Amino acid sequence: MFEIFGIPSQALFGQLLIGLINGSFYALLSLGLAVIFGMLNIINFAHGAQYMLAAFAAYILLTTLDIGYWPALIIAPLIVGAFGMVLERTMLQWLYKLDHLYGLLLTFGLALIIEGTARNFYGSAGLPYRVPDSLQGGQNLGFMFLPNYRAWVIVASMIVCFGTWFMIERTRLGAYLRAATENPTLVRAFGINVPRMITLTYGFGVALAALAGVMAAPIYNVSPQMGSELIIVVFAVVVIGGMGSILGAIITGFGLGVIEGLTKVFFPEASSTVIFVIMAIVLLVRPSGLFGRRI
Amino acid sequence: MEQVAEAPLRAAAPARTRSETIAFLIMAAILIIAPFFTYPLFLMQVMCFALFACAFNLLIGYVGLLSFGHALYFGWASYVCAHAAKVWGLTPELAIIAGTLTAAGLGLIAGLLAIRRQGIYFAMITLALAQMMYFFALQAKFTGGEDGIQGVPRGKLFGVFDLGHTMTMYVVVLVIFLGCFLLIHRIINSPFGEVLKAIRENEARAISLGYKTDRYKLMAFVLSATLAGTAGATKAIVLQIASLTDVNWPMSGEVVLMTLVGGLGTIFGPVIGAFVILTMQYKLAPVGEWVLVIQGVIFVACVLLFRRGIVGELARIFKIKL
Amino acid sequence: MKKAFVLAAISAALACGTAQAQQMNLKIGVLTDMSSLYADLGGQGSVAAAKLAIADFVKDHPNFKVDVVSGDHQNKPDIGTNMANQWFDVDKVDAIFDVPNSGVALAVNEVARSKNKVLVDSGAASSDLTGAKCSPNTVHWTYDTWMLANGTGKAIVKNGGTTWFFLTADYAFGHALERDTSAVVEKNGGKVLGKVRHPLNTNDFSSFLLQAQASKAKVIGLANAGGDTINSIKQAAEFGIVKGGQSLAGLLVFSSDVASLGLPTAQGLTLTATWYWDQTDANRAWAKRWQAERNAAGKIPTMVQAGVYAGVLHYLKAVAALKSAADGKAVVAKMKELPTDDPLFGKGSIRADGRKLHNAYLYEVKKPAESKHAGDFYKVLATIPAAEAFRPLNEGGCSLVKG
Repeated sequence: MFEIFGIPSQALFGQLLIGLINGSFYALLSLGLAVIFGMLNIINFAHGAQYMLAAFAAYILLTTLDIGYWPALIIAPLIVGAFGMVLERTMLQWLYKLDHLYGLLLTFGLALIIEGTARNFYGSAGLPYRVPDSLQGGQNLGFMFLPNYRAWVIVASMIVCFGTWFMIERTRLGAYLRAATENPTLVRAFGINVPRMITLTYGFGVALAALAGVMAAPIYNVSPQMGSELIIVVFAVVVIGGMGSILGAIITGFGLGVIEGLTKVFFPEASSTVIFVIMAIVLLVRPSGLFGRRI
Repeated sequence: MEQVAEAPLRAAAPARTRSETIAFLIMAAILIIAPFFTYPLFLMQVMCFALFACAFNLLIGYVGLLSFGHALYFGWASYVCAHAAKVWGLTPELAIIAGTLTAAGLGLIAGLLAIRRQGIYFAMITLALAQMMYFFALQAKFTGGEDGIQGVPRGKLFGVFDLGHTMTMYVVVLVIFLGCFLLIHRIINSPFGEVLKAIRENEARAISLGYKTDRYKLMAFVLSATLAGTAGATKAIVLQIASLTDVNWPMSGEVVLMTLVGGLGTIFGPVIGAFVILTMQYKLAPVGEWVLVIQGVIFVACVLLFRRGIVGELARIFKIKL
Repeated sequence: MKKAFVLAAISAALACGTAQAQQMNLKIGVLTDMSSLYADLGGQGSVAAAKLAIADFVKDHPNFKVDVVSGDHQNKPDIGTNMANQWFDVDKVDAIFDVPNSGVALAVNEVARSKNKVLVDSGAASSDLTGAKCSPNTVHWTYDTWMLANGTGKAIVKNGGTTWFFLTADYAFGHALERDTSAVVEKNGGKVLGKVRHPLNTNDFSSFLLQAQASKAKVIGLANAGGDTINSIKQAAEFGIVKGGQSLAGLLVFSSDVASLGLPTAQGLTLTATWYWDQTDANRAWAKRWQAERNAAGKIPTMVQAGVYAGVLHYLKAVAALKSAADGKAVVAKMKELPTDDPLFGKGSIRADGRKLHNAYLYEVKKPAESKHAGDFYKVLATIPAAEAFRPLNEGGCSLVKG
């Protein structure tokens, strides 16, 4: 066992790892928020609730239908994504012409409904969700003990994040999306069904949150308030990164996770506030965010 | 230049004040009689939350800025007031002033940061700043963390009137509430208030007319935070406890809901909204968590169907100003 | 109209009839955690226990009519205060029972004192309830942090667990348990290397556990309860902490926690408790009744729920002796004056500071192979007699204790 700056390496690397895991969730969620915001101009306050909903979906799939983690990783995001599209069609679409704040308020209301319903049926204590058998155990890396499941979460979320980035920035579909963000009327003139595109985009953004929710279930337990605790931090992440850039959302997410992890080692008392402090500093220096377009 | 901007707004002024005066007198009368029929502690809470919602409405209703972090000023004022009364042994009026000033200071700092962005960003920034101070409250020694500051003495007002008596306490809360309510009304109808409304309607135009809109927005933000602080501090004395609930994000959401239900940008809306929401919580307490669901449903219904809120709809139907 | 008249007549007749038997109408409130991390150890189970006690008492005292109201304090002191105020002022509740979560309990303690009502606490642990914050209106029934530290803490230090690191729930209860256990550890020659505080109802303990791991302490003391204890034990296993040679000490473990951890994970844990359902025939019989009342076969009652039963029973006895529940202080004084005797805790007494005295037991969680039937969790390692189990009267700093 060696030490770095007087901190045992186990603690340092361990906290960095935890930081990366939290960062994975920040990245996935802020990515979803950015995708939705780009297309709908709505801040999806229900994002955290949808993340939680997917964790519950996985839990229910497991306990009632005996459907395990791997199928749930696909099924739950599909269910929750579809649910999101229903919300978009039935409610959100009526607000596009109004002040954007109404979208925030509506999704906040939706978040309360989802969280309250979950609390009614499952209480507010966390429900355990077992790590899948194939990822049980861990590796002793010498300088630290790395549980397999956590390693998987980091790798998987990186793949998903950069896959999304590639799709939006480098494919034809992504080009349409970006164009519709800039000028929906023009894209419509090219014969593309913009409303359907908006619905699908919302569904996709929600599904990203849902994927994060299923991945989080074995780590954080499944609890109704898991989403609301996270979403506010993610808002700060989004403000820091700026909404304009997909890559920005991803990098800021992972980066802030790591910074938070380091804070836990060197100054644990500040670990829950560090992201907000960074946000305040960024606002002073670069009000539009690190990767945001200047306004 | 300024007169050009204000003239059309002022023209409508004399006609609308009568309905407001009548409504105010009715409200005051009800609040004076009510404690003989209803649980006074509940009414005092309603007044604290009504003031909180009125303060919040000053910002969203008249400047068009949605702060999603108003629990910060409410909660921290209540902590400082509780601490001042319990540990420093200040009399209740000084403790409430201490809490109010704290909220003003916090409002100034948060306002300086938040007004750098607009719209949705403004909402997210205020929420994030409030959450930061929530975590600070969770860890700070003097707030008592999860336990809160318990057993806050009500003390003697000016060292004379014992607030341990429910009715004395009630009168004090009533005076604070009506006083602040009139103050808010005065602010809204002052030249300053007219500029705020001009910013709400069209900020670019207000800027082009020569107004330093950022400065106006900041002033409104600080005023709103200060009055929210008065509400929080008073609540700490009334309930004799300051706790994390008051500083956490659901509280910020609740005040948005109260204002939305009552009617954004109406002077009586927040009061009605606070009364409706608190009554609902009080009556529905036995069904537990469904309260949260019902609040969510009200949110959704208000946004989709009744964007004017209760008072806004009434004002529209009777064609009066409320 | 007619119906109303008949009803009035009947109630008038009832009133006349019972006036001779000195009808006593009481209302008690069970204020507990219904939905969160302590719901399993208190919650609806506590309400069921209170109802059993009322049924048992009313059987012998037909002139008593006792209503129960229950409420969820959500582990928030402000909600607890609000609810207690409302119960006392509006609903005319005479006494409040259970109140797990020390933060809430201390708040309700103040309300009961200022309104001169009664609090018989079973679920909260903080020894401050009968120490610095003691009140003439409060009885602390089942257990407390001093007792836990004195039982589990002492036993572990004596078995070689000499260096400690605390994982502490960051509120009144955790602080009290950490303080009381540290004192015991140091008094017995052990050393406390450090501590980390976690928020109540935490789901991810990984970063706290890593700090505990880095401390190299032999023992990681879990100064938390309910869902928090369950999670920290499970996640410690995930990070290979026990395999790495450190041991976990659950300072407050309920049988409901053992049930949800399962014996394979929980085996070998040492714990202190004052009541265990499978210890005596009377306990087993009561557990069966409780399951029927709770409508949950297979669930096992905790000591908190047993304490609610015994507390309600003794409270009603005191009210019967006084023939009035109006003066909370007088009722509590009567409760202290009368010796306690109930089927679950046996004979005992309540001290001047409000502390109920009874035996405590040091248990060990059985290996899966040793467990013969469902709920067969513990074997008794030692019995700590009532006189030694709780903090000596003069050490608590309670103002009710003279001298």
